Amino acid sequence: MAPSLTGFETRQSHGLDQFCSSLEDRPGMYILDFAGASQSTVSFITNYGHRLYSDDFIHQLDDCFGREGNFFENQSNPLLTSRFLDTSLDFDEQAFDGALVWDSLQFLAPPLLQTVVGCLHQILKPGSSLLAMFHAEERVDEMQTFSYRIHDHKTILLGSRYRRKPAQIFNNRGLEKLFQDFASVKFFLTRDHLREVIVRR
Amino acid sequence: MWNRRKEEETPSAFTPPLPSQLAKEGIPMSTLPSRTSEPVQEVNRPGGPAVLGKSVIVKGQIFGREDLTIDGEVEGTVELQEHRLTIGPNGKVAATVKAREVVVLGTLHGNVETRDKIMIRKDAKLVGDIRTARIEIEDGAYFKGNIDIVREQPKAAPAPAATPAAAPKPQASAGAPGSTPTTPALAAGAGEVKR
Repeated sequence: MAPSLTGFETRQSHGLDQFCSSLEDRPGMYILDFAGASQSTVSFITNYGHRLYSDDFIHQLDDCFGREGNFFENQSNPLLTSRFLDTSLDFDEQAFDGALVWDSLQFLAPPLLQTVVGCLHQILKPGSSLLAMFHAEERVDEMQTFSYRIHDHKTILLGSRYRRKPAQIFNNRGLEKLFQDFASVKFFLTRDHLREVIVRR
Repeated sequence: MWNRRKEEETPSAFTPPLPSQLAKEGIPMSTLPSRTSEPVQEVNRPGGPAVLGKSVIVKGQIFGREDLTIDGEVEGTVELQEHRLTIGPNGKVAATVKAREVVVLGTLHGNVETRDKIMIRKDAKLVGDIRTARIEIEDGAYFKGNIDIVREQPKAAPAPAATPAAAPKPQASAGAPGSTPTTPALAAGAGEVKR
């Protein structure tokens, strides 16, 4: 079954290309995908002979923090935070050989963001890759969010979802600091004001 | 010509009614065991699969040798090793499921193992781990969990293979979208920090 491409844009991604090169190391890898399940991504990852854990991270964020009150203030609520981490990031240490977190980290308020990045560090194996994306334009109130799907090793399908406010905007220095516990951070700044980041655990 | 006339005159053998005819006649589809003297191994009911309707709630084990549609609520385990399980749009299943094929239109919480295929339809919700040979996920379906594709091992060839098979390369497979015009985002710069 070929999924409908109605409403999907495609974009070339150097970050994805880099990430996919790590998928060729060996079969049987375990990949975490925060975009939510889609036929194209599932087919792409499993055709390598890998396993995939799929979750819609933004959906989980909205479910935990967006029901009532302020979305970002709620992210400081210990009860809600604990529930969110149990629901979304309760994995064994070094369980994954790669993670596709797409642009989801932009919508986490600073304390929770640091905790989530710490969790990602824990659940990824040393040497594994993480692909993240961050909006680079500083003067922006809201940004378009997308559902991300892998079309091929360097093409992403972007399905528009809705516009939402980011928690913060990062520059390169901010991203280096955010991923300071990881082995390396590699940036690809695109002309559409997006930083694609490949982080090596 | 002779043969045709003979065929016309020969009384036709019994042909089972079509499912649509049965539906018109309203033949009941019971899942109760029939009182036959011989044991029934497989039930190929012409009227379609057994159905647990919207108002039915089952807690426990379901084991079957025929296709089953669940449109009610089930909690426990469902095992239809050689058959298809359909969770209807009203179905709410919290169970471990094993079947040849599973189609989800409603809600399923639990791990699923299929020998053949799982189809997660639009508006379906599945939370659990999937172990299957093939998977179809429609746009609009919600899934959270692990996907493990189990490839059928090819039967051992009589002659020894000359070279080992190459590792599978991902391509635009049956499940992947077709060719589309791409708009290059054009990388404007790249940098790397190594520690």
